[in-house]
Formats: sequence, structure tokens, C-alpha cells
Amino acid sequence: MTEPAITKELIEAHGLSPDEYDRILEIIGREPTFTELGIFSAMWNEHCSYKSSKKWLRTLPTEGPQVICGPGENAGVVDIGDNQAVIFKMESHNHPSYIEPYQGAATGVGGILRDVFTMGARPIAAMNSLSFGEVGHPKTRQLVHGVVEGIGGYGNCFGVPTVGGEVRFDPAYNGNCLVNAFAAGLADADKIFYSAASGVGMPVVYLGAKTGRDGVGGATMASAEFDETIEEKRPTVQVGDPFTEKRLMEATLELMKTGAVISIQDMGAAGLTCSAVEMGDKGGLGVKLQLDDVPQREENMTAYEMMLSESQERMLMVLDPSKEAEARAVFEKWDLDFAIVGETIAEDRFLILHGNEVKADLPLATLSGSAPEYDRPWEATPAVEQLDPASVPGIDPIDGLKALIGSPNYAAKQWIYEQYDTMVMADTIRTPGLGAGVTRVHETGKMLAFTSDVTPRYVKANPEMGGAQAVAEAYRNLTAVGATPLATTDNLNFGNPEKTTIMGQFVGAIKGIGAAVKALDMPIVSGNVSLYNETDGEPILPTPTIAAVGLIKTEDEAILGQAREGHVALLVGETKGHLGQSALLAVVYNRIEGDAPPVDLEAEKRHGDFIRSNAALIKACTDLSDGGLALAAFEMAEAGETGVVIEESDTAHLFGEDQARYLIACNFDQAEALMLAAGQAGVPITTVGRFTGDTVKFGTSEAPLAELSALFRGAFEEAVG
Amino acid sequence: MHAAVIVFPGSNCDRDLAVALEKAGAKVSMVWHKDTDLPSGVDLIGIPGGFSFGDYLRCGAIAANSPICRSVVKHAEAGGYVMGICNGFQVLTETGLLPGALRRNANLKYICKPVKLRVEACDSIYHAGYEAGQEITIPIAHHDGNYYVDDAKLAQLKDEGRIAFSYIDNPNGSVADIAGVVSKNRRVLGMMPHPERMAETAHGGTDGKPMFDGLMREMALV
Repeated sequence: MTEPAITKELIEAHGLSPDEYDRILEIIGREPTFTELGIFSAMWNEHCSYKSSKKWLRTLPTEGPQVICGPGENAGVVDIGDNQAVIFKMESHNHPSYIEPYQGAATGVGGILRDVFTMGARPIAAMNSLSFGEVGHPKTRQLVHGVVEGIGGYGNCFGVPTVGGEVRFDPAYNGNCLVNAFAAGLADADKIFYSAASGVGMPVVYLGAKTGRDGVGGATMASAEFDETIEEKRPTVQVGDPFTEKRLMEATLELMKTGAVISIQDMGAAGLTCSAVEMGDKGGLGVKLQLDDVPQREENMTAYEMMLSESQERMLMVLDPSKEAEARAVFEKWDLDFAIVGETIAEDRFLILHGNEVKADLPLATLSGSAPEYDRPWEATPAVEQLDPASVPGIDPIDGLKALIGSPNYAAKQWIYEQYDTMVMADTIRTPGLGAGVTRVHETGKMLAFTSDVTPRYVKANPEMGGAQAVAEAYRNLTAVGATPLATTDNLNFGNPEKTTIMGQFVGAIKGIGAAVKALDMPIVSGNVSLYNETDGEPILPTPTIAAVGLIKTEDEAILGQAREGHVALLVGETKGHLGQSALLAVVYNRIEGDAPPVDLEAEKRHGDFIRSNAALIKACTDLSDGGLALAAFEMAEAGETGVVIEESDTAHLFGEDQARYLIACNFDQAEALMLAAGQAGVPITTVGRFTGDTVKFGTSEAPLAELSALFRGAFEEAVG
Repeated sequence: MHAAVIVFPGSNCDRDLAVALEKAGAKVSMVWHKDTDLPSGVDLIGIPGGFSFGDYLRCGAIAANSPICRSVVKHAEAGGYVMGICNGFQVLTETGLLPGALRRNANLKYICKPVKLRVEACDSIYHAGYEAGQEITIPIAHHDGNYYVDDAKLAQLKDEGRIAFSYIDNPNGSVADIAGVVSKNRRVLGMMPHPERMAETAHGGTDGKPMFDGLMREMALV
């Protein structure tokens, strides 16, 4: 079949700039073939190459004694003792989800699960962080329904419990929703599988589902802004099949036990191209592929289509040839394709054959290593004016609380998480709803805690502080269940990096995240960058999602109880009443003003350590974030089915969002002991009230718990159900 | 007691069910769907939750025609014990071992949450650990748990005391709030809720445990 001629329009349609095309000419010394142009486009787009972000990602702390493998592989690997490792990553599927919410979100979950089991880990927990446009926007409801059903449809069938997540609504996401999917798996620390190929003449094996035309050019699509032609992009969204993924996972894990796997890589963005190049490059080898042997779902597929297809549920593996029969039998048992499609070669070549023709012949190491890298100009976000506290009129505290819990941003999210299987595997200790999700490490006394956090309005006001705050909140959420934070994965969602202001947000956020993960000892072990989240020039709020994992070594360390009638309410940390960029200011006064709350990393660490060292004295604990003391006290009371009396009635003290704070429920004797311990540790602590009765009372303002609970539990469904 | 847990390629509660049975003291064999024979001496067959063959067609329809299900039917017809949970219940209705069908939930959504059940007066080994009328909390997790039988069949189920468990607050639209039913000889149970997910303190409740403990005791007497 003749391939189209390379024209200026064709180059542009592949998202390659004239400079980038010149660079291709320089590298190969001739005009590329159509397939080669596609391959370069796939390798060099923003999504795969991180060309705008790489310079800054390198500055992030990625090491620590707990880290077995940091960024660069399919997912990060972290030691949890007893020769066990937790393997995790978060990845965005924003652009596809906006175009086709169900399949976009579903395949986002599929992709992240594959990243985890490719490394030899059985997925044990999933989370998702979702950002949608304002509730009244005509697309929002359809996106929420589609995305949530897509996540559930995939994860529920696959059989991984969804244990946490977050969702927000803001007009800035009207034209670009965010779907960030997280997965974590468990493996033996000495049985981790990596992507580097080794050995010349080793068979390259194609595993899993057949290749179709779905998703051709998907990664390039995800690296562009949206405009009115968005509907035309629907065919670039892949279609997920969780049943095949489940079989692929079981077959892959079974295959790994046979010793047949030399290296393995899942086919995600830019499918066969990216996976083959990565395995070859990491192993210092060339790769030859014979495309006629690729299992195909459709007829007359071209080399170009096969190399760029993003069909789901596929893997590429370098096989130990002496184990071929055993390996093939495993895949036959699970009724999946197993085909030798090529071999590793000594020369530095990426050689693609189809029929009797050479469709591509490129220097592999250069193809992989020479992706452009940009030092994009950036402009620091100017400092914003502090909010004048006197400009915020006081509010009746119960009215303030009702405004928050009646808004979909702060209402209970059970409408979402009850659509997810939160308990499959029967190791879930704490289902979503309040703070971190917790699962037991099967057949051990250990537990893992998972959280996902970011407050985009803070990041917009002050990228550096907002970046640090996201990490600090994740740290606190893990701490509040008694976990020691281990490591972090970041999913950095921003607008168009070619704009200096957007790049400034990115750089600022990275600085804040870097400082915080260093201070709190939770290095970045994996992550993903999603840029160009803009529609018609309107960017999203800067949204660097931070997902973090913590370890609870024994049951004694865990804080998993509920507030009960008679418990004392203790507040740890200092309250100054910071209302700038607060939830109350936004929801009640419709004002997005002031600076993000300052983050004192040293105080975060000290207060976190205090909670962990005194876990035995604490019945229940929650971190204070959006909505401050008022929302935390209500949520804790609501979860414990008890009323609460808080003496404070000052608006700023109740709704301020000062950081490094926790609310504790414990009995009287424990409260005394905690006050003593806090004094010794130099940690501010105050008794703010107690859990009792069947009303929520702030100062003299009071309402029945049942009434507030009904509002809290019903508002989300009312808004988008 | 020797239990066999059937594993379809899309089963995902097979391990959970095996763990619950083992903790109650059973010896458990996992049996692959392509096998044609059950291990010898099997007393109880467990058909676990999950998405047996993806359930893109009617849930459990393909599984009911898999090689091992012929042996499951034979086992039941010979008076053997079979328990099907969630997808397992769907499979059992598709094999015809239990009456009725499981339709899409009335709200058309997947629902996963703990629900309150009433233990019905039903004389089966699966009820041995409970009192009739007792209220228990067990999680559900399904998209297609809306049980349907026609009026005549419903009357018959009631007459014969074959309603095993009922929802106190019907989550999915099931006819007569039915959460589970048994066969005429009371040896085949199908239920949508997952007792294996509420069988240890760490699960946040143990209301599912008496089912496994009770059936172990009864099996010892059989």
C-alpha cells in the first residue's frame, strides 16, 4: 500500500513544529516515511516525551531508603518491609474523558492498572481524582455520570477496590474535565519486573488483546488544546474491555512465575511504538518487528495504524526462548493472544517490516533519547494581596456550615463511591468517605493508607504554597489514620505551557511540591504530566494532584475509630483564622480572594509525628482542610452518628483554613494525657468541645444532626444525580 | 468439610470466598471452569462473585454453559450443596438450579454498600448460624441484583419457605425485597449480598461469619 507523501500540512497534523521536523531530517539524513513520521510524532508529543516539563521534573526529590525504584519505570516501587513492596502511580486521562466520558475514564483506569501489574504486582487499591465544570454547565452532568460509570465499569469488573478519591466542580473545568486515576499493587520486593530488554536475538512477544484502529494518534490528541472541532476527535478515544484486562493480569502474573519474562512493558500511549522503543533503549538494544505477525482485529491495517494504535489490554515482552512453550500455554489457558512479533537485535535500529517492505528504519537510541526538551520561558505568578479579614462579614456558624455541606464540592460523595466496588478482595479496612482509604496487606498485620489531594484555588493564588499544601494535606490524611507516609505520585494538570504564565504556575507548583516532599520524607516515585488543558484559550485551574501512600505496620499504630458520645474534641495545631482562598469565602460570599494559607513544613512534621506517637490515646482523628474546624467537626460527628458542641463561634476561627491542624476525638483521660504529651513536644493543642447529643452546636448556633446529615448526604445527588 | 470454589476467568471474589470458608475450617479446592470434573469427595460448591465472562451478555449466561457447570448441576441434582454469591447467584439462575432472574438494578447504577437483611424462616444449613427474623448487615456490590420471579412462582417460594434473605430497605428493586433464595431441597443457595466481605472484625462487621460457621457445623452432622 502506498503511503501518503510528507507535506507541510501532514507534519502539522502530527503536532510536529517546523523545528522539530528539521530535527528529524537531521537525525535520519533523509525524508521520513509516513510510518516514521507517525513514530516520531508519537514519541515526541508532550504526553510521551515530557518535553516541556522534564527540566523541572528532574528537580523533584525521588530518593529515600524506602524507594526501590523511582520515576522512569511503569510505576514507582516502595519497600514496606518483610520483602514486600507497594507499587503505584497516578495517571491522567483528561482529554479522552472529556471527548467520550465512559470509555475515556474506563481506559484511564485500565492503563494505570496495567502499569502496576506489568511490574509484577497484583493491584490492591485504586483511587481517582476528578475535576468537573460548574454544576449548572450543560456538559457537567453528562460528564459526571459517564466518568463515574466508566471508572466503576472497569474497576468493578477487573476486581480492584476503589478506596478513595476526590471530586471538585469549578467553572475553570467547563471545557476540560480532569480524570486522574491511581492504582497500587503488591509484589514481593525481590520479584519486580522491569522494562529493560537484554540479550540479542531474543523473541519479542505480543500479549493480550488484538490490535484495532482505536486510539490511533491518541497521545498526540492529548497534547493539544481543544477547540470547536473536538467532536471530530472521538475516534481517537480507545475502548476498554476490563474482562480482557483481568485475564491479562492473571496470565501475566502467572507467566512471571515461570521465569519466562526477561522484560515486559505495557502498551499504553502510542502503543507498540513506545513500548518497543522503551524496552530496546533501556537495554541498549535494537528491535525488529514483523507487523504481519501482530494479532489484528481489523482487516487491511497499515503499518502506520499498527504502530500508533492505542488498543487496550496489550503487553509487549522479551521472552526467554527456552520457556516459550510454557509461556504460550499460560496465555492459551486464559484465551489470550500470544504471538512472537519480532526480536531484539544488536544494531541500534528500530526496524519495522510489513509484507516485504521496510516501513521504518530508525536509530532506536536516538529516537528515544533525542526527543526535544524545552526550557520554556516562564513568568512567576505575582504575589496576591492578603485578604483583609475585616472585609469578611461574620456569619451564623450553622448557616455557614449548611452552605458548605449543601454545595456539591463539600457534600458527601456516596453517590459516586457507592458506584464503585470498594470492598472486593475483602481487605478494605476503611472505605471512602472520610480521609484516607485503608486496606490490609493480605494475610499480614500491616495496612496501607491511600489519599489523593490538591486544592486548585490555592495553587492558582500561590503556586508554590499551593503545591506544598497539596503534599501537606496528603501527609495529614495519611497521618490521621496512623500511617507513616512513604512516598508520593504526582499528576500535574496544567494549561498550555507555551504561555509564560501557565509555565510559571507549573514551575511554582513543582518548587512547592519538591520542598514539601523533601521535608516530609515522601519522595516522588512516579507521576504524570498533563498539559494543554485549555479550551479556546481558557485554562483549567492549576491542578497538581498529589496521591500518597502510607504504611501502618501494626494494628496498634492504626487510628480507625469513630467519634462517640462523650468524647472530647481536641484541636492540634495553631488557629489564626486564615480565610483567604477558603471554601467559605468562595461558597458563601462568592469571592475568590486572598492568598493561599501558609504552609509550615516543620510544624506539619512535628504535628504529624505527635499524632503517630500518641495513636494509642486517639479514638478518631481527621485533618483540617477545606471548611476548617467547622466542617471537620461536623464530618467527624456525622460519621460517628453523634452530635458535637464546639464552643467557638467566630467565623474565621471556625472556617479558617490554617494548615498543620487535626481534630481528635478521645475520652477524658486520654485527652489529659494528650495535653501533657503535646506540651512536652511543643505542639499546640486545645480542647475545643465535645461529641455529645444529637445536635451540632457552634457557640450558641445549633441544628439537629439528622437535618444536617440529610442535607450533607443529599446535596450531591440533587446537584448532579 | 471439603469445598470447591469455581473459578471463571472473570471471577474476582473467588479468593475472598475461599478465605472465608477456610477460616471457618473447610478444606478448599479451587476448580478451573474448563475442568469437567469436580475433585472427589466435595461436599459444597461455592460459586463466587465477579464478572465470570465479562458479563457483557446476560450476567452468568456464558458461565452457566461452561464445562464445569454441567458437573455443578449434576452435583446439585444428586442432592449436593451449592452456594452462589452475587455473580454466583446469577449463574445459578441461568443454570435453572434456582428460579427467577437478576435484572439491572432499578436505579440503573452499580451499588456497593452495606445493607440490612432480614434472615427469613428458612430451614437450610446456610441459616444454621442465624435466628429467623434476625437483622444482619452484609454488603452488596452489583449492577444486576434486581431479582424477578412471576407472581405464581413468588407464591410458591413463599409457600415452600424458600426465601432465604430479604432486604429491609430494598436497594435494587427486587420483587418482594428478595435478596436470596434456596432450592426446593434447601441445598442450593443463591444470594446477592456478600457474607464473605463481613466475616472478620477487620471487615467492620462479622454478620457474615455465622453463615460459614453454621454450615460447617451442620455439614459435620450430615
